[in-house]
Amino acid sequence: MRVPSHLVPARLRAGDQVRVASGGLRARPLRAGLSALGIAIGTTAIVAVLGLSSSSQAGLLAEIDRLGTNLLTAKTGQSFTQEKAVMPVAAPARVSRLGSVEEVAHTGSVDDAKVYRSPLIPPINTNGLKVQAASLNLPRVAGTGVAHGRWLNEATATRPAVVLGAVAAERLGISRVYPGERVWLGGQWFYVAGVLAPATLAPDIDTSALVGYPTARRYLGHVGMARGKPADGPPSTLYVRSKTEAVGEVQSVLAQTANPEAPNEVDVSQPSDALTARAAAKGAFNSLFLGLGVVALIVGAVGVANIMIISVLERRSEIGLRRALGATRGQIRTQFLAEAIMLAALGGVVGVAAGAGATAVYANVKGWTVVIPAEAWAGGIGSAMVIGAIAGLMPALRAARLSPTEALRTA
Amino acid sequence: MNTTHDQAGQAPALELDGVTKIYAGQPPVPALRGVSLTVRHGELVAIVGPSGSGKTTLLHVMGTLERPTDGLVRIDGVDAAGLGDRQLAALRARSIGFVFQQFFLAEHSTALENVANGLLYAGVEVGERRRRAADALDRVGLAHRRDFRPTKMSGGERQRVAIARALVGRPAIVLADEPTGNLDSTTGASILGLLRELNADGATIIMITHDGDLAARMPRQVHVLDGRIISDDGAGSFAGTGAYAVPGAVE
Repeated sequence: MRVPSHLVPARLRAGDQVRVASGGLRARPLRAGLSALGIAIGTTAIVAVLGLSSSSQAGLLAEIDRLGTNLLTAKTGQSFTQEKAVMPVAAPARVSRLGSVEEVAHTGSVDDAKVYRSPLIPPINTNGLKVQAASLNLPRVAGTGVAHGRWLNEATATRPAVVLGAVAAERLGISRVYPGERVWLGGQWFYVAGVLAPATLAPDIDTSALVGYPTARRYLGHVGMARGKPADGPPSTLYVRSKTEAVGEVQSVLAQTANPEAPNEVDVSQPSDALTARAAAKGAFNSLFLGLGVVALIVGAVGVANIMIISVLERRSEIGLRRALGATRGQIRTQFLAEAIMLAALGGVVGVAAGAGATAVYANVKGWTVVIPAEAWAGGIGSAMVIGAIAGLMPALRAARLSPTEALRTA
Repeated sequence: MNTTHDQAGQAPALELDGVTKIYAGQPPVPALRGVSLTVRHGELVAIVGPSGSGKTTLLHVMGTLERPTDGLVRIDGVDAAGLGDRQLAALRARSIGFVFQQFFLAEHSTALENVANGLLYAGVEVGERRRRAADALDRVGLAHRRDFRPTKMSGGERQRVAIARALVGRPAIVLADEPTGNLDSTTGASILGLLRELNADGATIIMITHDGDLAARMPRQVHVLDGRIISDDGAGSFAGTGAYAVPGAVE
């Protein structure tokens, strides 16, 4: 059938569409605000959970970057016969002669000695702490520093002086270092020289009481053999800094170099790898809170649907008038659908802003960079709009189905 | 098209022929029983009848808000029966203006915005809508109230805004349903005066009322009872364009 041009309904321009759809919201701002609030709370929860887990992940990765990814560790493992293996005393010197190795530090576990707050502590209460002999360059190579007091030096490394790892100090109840402070180590008093900061890349150090190799040899019986003569005790862990581009190369020859006779007894690892994996796992968001966010979003959607149904009932005469003014069923449907979507999008935008704000505040307190993944904010607003569309569909269809005369009839 | 044209070759503004409307039910309720009525451009017609006489149904059928059970409805020469819902909407947007007893103004919009809404569905761009709305408000004597909300206006002013909204698109026909029904007699009289002025300027207006005195002041009266037209004093007698048909018309 030929349709004259004046009988083709005019399309509403986008601006008019927005104006018409927002009219209902502007007429009742409090009601619109409250029903958008439900959506906003859900979106806030989702964005904050995603943002916080991403930011903490970014924080950890930044920490790893700062500490460097070029640290390798070589630890004594077990021999074929399940006995505890021993690394040769010459291992650190040999490894440091590898071309791409920049620096080697090492610790030697003194298994017989334990550390206590005082001699009155029962020997069984070891707090899970180890006593280790340490090379003097250990803090620098392991990427840690001194939190209180001093690190060992040439002199104190020969005397009964000890430096505690961060966790060890905490477990022994030592928060500050003062002159004359002592701990009971290996059956005698050792003076506490300092406390180390946490060593993210070498958690072993955190739970250790560190003494110099000469001290360990002289006071704790940690003795090894070098070229047939007694020498400082054997190392148990090597900390190796290599050139960043040659890490793989060094890693492949490290075990053989450290213990050429039994390379299988050396466990080589790259601590930053393990940490990166842990960071990735940490990024896996807290599903409980995410679930709560989704529930809040659904409750919000029910609120929007409810408000839209009431709105359609209340605004029958407006619908009738618009039909009389020449609105098609489709235009009425679009109006109410757009109103619901707008309402939900409003909640979504507010929620994303609030979630981002919460993330920013928390990340600042923690000193992380603020990371809000695109899927969090785009997904937040997007899912709010989809939910608004679903919630608004039924009321919009009802509004469009209303016959003009029915809508105009006043009760 | 098979329709009655006047001397100028123009189709009538409105043409009803044998229109019946029966509401389904047990028993079926006949609201209109064969109504035939022709309204030419520039006419001012009062349709009078007691409540229940079918005059509101008649208005709805004339305004294409409701389809007749049988019979012919032509608006400005267009047969409404052959049109789909979307086309009827377009026809209403461009050719028909409504004035209701309850005004139906948007309370949170200004008078100007309310009037401009009369052009919304005719596809007029927003600036042009506002310009023409301002003109229409001027025509009903409310230029000074354009930025007021209906809640701040008297009943008479609100009805003037509603009339401006019906007229702003210069429709072929304006249908007014008891436009003075919610107003006191003085205000009602001024609204009636306004309708006559607008008619003198060329608007075609059909007013529905139950008030015989009010109708008596109109140039043409159609009496309705029990869904039938029982008298029509102006049928065929009108042959002008309105500007000189009403005493006291300007210019």
